[in-house]
Amino acid sequence: MKPAPFDYVRPGTLAEACELLAADEDARVIAGGQTLVPMLAMRLARPARLIDVLRLPELSGIREDNGAIVVGATTRQANALDNPLIRASVPLLALALPWVGHPPTRNRGTIGGSVANADPSAEIPLVAVTLGAEIEAASPDGPISTPADDFFLGAMLTTIGVGECLSAIRFPVWTHKRIGVGFHEISARRSDFAFVSAAAQIALDDDGRCLDAALGLGGVGDRPIKLDVAALIGGRLDAKSLTDAVAAATTDLEATDDLHASAAYRRRVAVTLCTRALQDACDRANGAEVRGAAR
Amino acid sequence: MKIDLDINGAPRSCDVEPRTTLLDALRDNFLLTGTHAGCEHGVCGACTVLLDGEPVRSCLMLAVQADGYAITTIEGVATSPGELSVIQDAFCETHGMQCGYCTPGMILTAQALLDRSHDISREDIVEAISGNICRCTGYGQIIEAVQFAADRLKKSNAPRGHKLGTATDVGEHDAPLEGVLEAAEADAPGKGPTT
Repeated sequence: MKPAPFDYVRPGTLAEACELLAADEDARVIAGGQTLVPMLAMRLARPARLIDVLRLPELSGIREDNGAIVVGATTRQANALDNPLIRASVPLLALALPWVGHPPTRNRGTIGGSVANADPSAEIPLVAVTLGAEIEAASPDGPISTPADDFFLGAMLTTIGVGECLSAIRFPVWTHKRIGVGFHEISARRSDFAFVSAAAQIALDDDGRCLDAALGLGGVGDRPIKLDVAALIGGRLDAKSLTDAVAAATTDLEATDDLHASAAYRRRVAVTLCTRALQDACDRANGAEVRGAAR
Repeated sequence: MKIDLDINGAPRSCDVEPRTTLLDALRDNFLLTGTHAGCEHGVCGACTVLLDGEPVRSCLMLAVQADGYAITTIEGVATSPGELSVIQDAFCETHGMQCGYCTPGMILTAQALLDRSHDISREDIVEAISGNICRCTGYGQIIEAVQFAADRLKKSNAPRGHKLGTATDVGEHDAPLEGVLEAAEADAPGKGPTT
């Protein structure tokens, strides 16, 4: 099918984009278009006007700022994957990015687009929630910053309102010396949406004691969730402590049922993938080579 | 809306509706029908073109978004009319196609991969073409074709994008393997390898 007719505007500044969005409730932002264009073609979305923000200089670029890595909303997924700053300072994002679509869609798809689209099984929102990133948006009243955990309200639903435009994602940088990350995902086919995905980051001290730990799950509910693994902090990590922590964190896990997988299957897979992601993170923090985890 | 593109090295412009995809503009406005329309929602990869040298889905991009970009379609990969590029040659020689519908997308994806490096592993090829679906399931020969092209490009002393010298320079790859029947011969009754 072909899209229904719409107007197309390419504003020159972010402020102008916000004005256009505020003036028309039926206007939508387009950047890479890797999700929006098929939705237009299938007429699941019928905006009256598209505001193309891809060429706005304010929205692009990756920079270090006050202990965080700030990734501009229109940074292409392929560019983020190749970026040395992200590889060094947000290794969990670098590990998850090869799971986002495939090379041609990563060449157009943007980091901010994936976050704004808020697919419950998407990898970039999961990393943002796991690490406690801040989602920054521009609005006619000035910039707004929202913690990732509050930003996602449900499937395809965020706190972004009329007249607002997502501008950047601020990923916190862990300053510990020994950091390890893990990412696992189960999908029907390579590059398909995940049934379940799990992301983990762990920091160890010189004696191998856990200084900090973060664990997140995607695909099990209507948005990515952060699990509580604070019990790991301060202890030495082994297979048993990781399994216990995952068991405790997933006792009340509510999973969704759909055509692809039952809730029971999702819960079972979630426990396994969380354990594997934490184990990989531990192994990497200990300097071990982790095989088979990268794409 | 009027858009200006650089298509296969030549400046071109046209007037399109904002809802026109780059795929439809290439096929309908510029009559470059080598770019194939497959699923038209970004899954199959038949419509892959190079945008500033990087493979993208032309069905997932509005033509107005491509304004100002350099686009390479399958019509633009060979050095001159009637010629084939090294990669196209490799696809012919290893039978890297069956029905041929996915082939332009596969070739452009391979082109972008080989423009970056000639030192590629099988895994690199699989990752690169992971977004291109071949419904004839002929991936074995396609991977072989890209490996073959990489090998030729690596051994050639020619600048990138230039065809190799005469057939005799190519060496062993051109000669049929001993004991392998020519296709026509193999198809003839009573000439099969079992008789």
